[in-house]
Amino acid sequence: MIRDHFRVLEVNMSTGSGRVHELDGRGHAIGGSGLAALLFERFGSPELPWNHETQPFILAIGPLTGAFPMMSKTVAAFKSPYHNQYTESHAGGRSALALRFADLDALVITGRAETLSCVEAGSGKFRIVDASFMKGLDAYAAGRLLRSMCGRAGHRSIICIGPAGETGVAMACVNADTYRHFGRLGGGAALGAKNVKGIIVHGDGSFELPAGQRYRKLFKTVHDGVTGTAIMRKYNRLGTPANLQSLNDIKSLPWRNLRQTSDAEGIKGIDRERFANDALLGKGACAGCPVGCIQIGHVREKISEDNRHIIRQLAYDYEPVFACGTMLGVTDCFQVLEIMDAMEKVAIDSISGGVALAWATEALERGIISEKETLVRLKFGNGAEYRRAAYLLGTGANDFYRLLGQGTLKAAAEYGGSEFACVLGQEMAGYATGELYFASQSLSFRHSHLDSGAYALEQKHDERDIDKAVEFLIGDEPGRCLLTSMVACLFSRSVYTREVMADCLDALGGGHIAANLEETAERIRRHRWQIRFATGFCPDDVELPKRFYKVKTWKGAVDPRYLDRLRLAYGRALKGLVDGKHIKCRG
Amino acid sequence: MKILDTPHMERCTGCHSCSLACARLVYGRLSWETAGIRIYPVAGPSAGFDARRCLACKTRPCAIACPTGALSGRTGGGVLFSKELCTRCGDCVPACPVSGILQYNEGPIFVCIHCGQCVDYCPHGCLEMVDVHDTARSQEEVS
Repeated sequence: MIRDHFRVLEVNMSTGSGRVHELDGRGHAIGGSGLAALLFERFGSPELPWNHETQPFILAIGPLTGAFPMMSKTVAAFKSPYHNQYTESHAGGRSALALRFADLDALVITGRAETLSCVEAGSGKFRIVDASFMKGLDAYAAGRLLRSMCGRAGHRSIICIGPAGETGVAMACVNADTYRHFGRLGGGAALGAKNVKGIIVHGDGSFELPAGQRYRKLFKTVHDGVTGTAIMRKYNRLGTPANLQSLNDIKSLPWRNLRQTSDAEGIKGIDRERFANDALLGKGACAGCPVGCIQIGHVREKISEDNRHIIRQLAYDYEPVFACGTMLGVTDCFQVLEIMDAMEKVAIDSISGGVALAWATEALERGIISEKETLVRLKFGNGAEYRRAAYLLGTGANDFYRLLGQGTLKAAAEYGGSEFACVLGQEMAGYATGELYFASQSLSFRHSHLDSGAYALEQKHDERDIDKAVEFLIGDEPGRCLLTSMVACLFSRSVYTREVMADCLDALGGGHIAANLEETAERIRRHRWQIRFATGFCPDDVELPKRFYKVKTWKGAVDPRYLDRLRLAYGRALKGLVDGKHIKCRG
Repeated sequence: MKILDTPHMERCTGCHSCSLACARLVYGRLSWETAGIRIYPVAGPSAGFDARRCLACKTRPCAIACPTGALSGRTGGGVLFSKELCTRCGDCVPACPVSGILQYNEGPIFVCIHCGQCVDYCPHGCLEMVDVHDTARSQEEVS
């Protein structure tokens, strides 16, 4: 049932045409991350800028997508407007199953449309539609309009960008089926550069399954594993916001631009319990995921004096709550949701946006910038001002916000204050656990906490051994590459061991992939890094702002010397993964 | 005699596990479409999800519309489906007032046979197999 090649739809926005490619490489690229790297190599150009019209925007799924539980995510790959290097961003929602049931392993958008446009694809359907009337529409309105434009609801996926993506903000995200996002590193701008406002994928195909009981029995075993008590409790019942209290307890939760790592009083207004009791409306799931970790909250907005209110629903997770809550000193759960809501509308990544505004607040406090730049009075704890600032950031309201939207360090290079910019390759994720995590996020492939288990390991271990740390970071990556090539939700990683994945592949006729998983994982890891290096990555160039050297966690103060040596050793190990000809480091 | 009921759709997260289970176990397909139970989002103030499926009615307009006897009455409500007798005419599809039957690409039809295999795969307890006399509508419609 797993075909031995990839079926890829290329949509050329310049010519307005589509073409199906049947490509070899299933055995060594698998799908997802591996397939995306293969496709970038075929369609992309390492040396051309991110917004060159020939650069591809890639969506890729895996061989097990839809066929097993929690194989429910899609990999987006593109050259990032944030650092002009190759990257990936992953999202759940319905896009993975929609692509699967559209009989596509990947969708590749190339070229640039003359006017803002939408792409509609699926089994039996393909069209590019003018969407110039959607120019400037926020992501909520764009999603509503796209839903009404393309037939019946349900078995389809809609991804779209907001004003930030249209105007090239490097923090622009892609909204996926309302509650999920291809969030980090500017996928929204990459799509906007192609003049694509939205993509609709209809998944109305149906495929014959292998006869016999093997696949069905294996499905049940995996299903029982992912719906067992531990995963359901952690991700459905409690949800990721449970991390707020636990990280605060161990002095690893960034507060107020990382000047603190704990706040015993402040956490009470935004911990998991407060969100669950006051703001939670219900739970949602990505298609094909029985766990359902999406926590859906609400904001209630008064729109006129005569008691007229509207309610909007939005998903919240640990990361956005950290960035729009603790990082900004906002300790009221509804104010946090209102800031996130503003970011949803303009469609910027709420983690990057929150962390950038935290820097701007401290810069304003220190007098490095003034209200002439910020236009609003940014002050830690003042949710209303942050809500306005989120809009200004997402729409690039003035020179200051346009620069800040390109990345906090870009703004700091112009105005000063780089020493307190909380940037680890990109704006930090919510883990001030110490040296191992700072080294990991600052140098890892996606600059994501999910690139390695450093954030989790460091909550329990305080050992400072460079060799062991580098061995862990390098050793942890291939397994994650395998999961993101399948493309599994990483919350299922305890169930999908290498053996289980091999069994799943074999049950669906993918025995040739299953036979060499270890070797294939390593090859995919190296291939991704090769492209990343070829597009300009150099570990030596990634700055680590001084703020990270002054953090105090449960382990005590960060050891600056250890942190520097660890980063150096990790960077050296990363360089060792690729052929020297791809490395373009200065000196 | 039991039938499939969906008494707790307010708990549905839209994971489609039930549809995928029906397609996999009843029809031998990988699909969220070609199944006897299909999940669609509901818009409006009561936003959530709706399960489209056979409601096991006693009047069985689908069976009446079927010209070849492929659909016949099932004890307790709903229908029995004979693949062999089906000519794929699709007359049963518009006959069902609740869109319980799906015809795929002018080919075979997909209808809930009230076997209950989907229930085990709903992780949030939205679905139940119930005795016919337990359902609220059973008095008038089914039994």
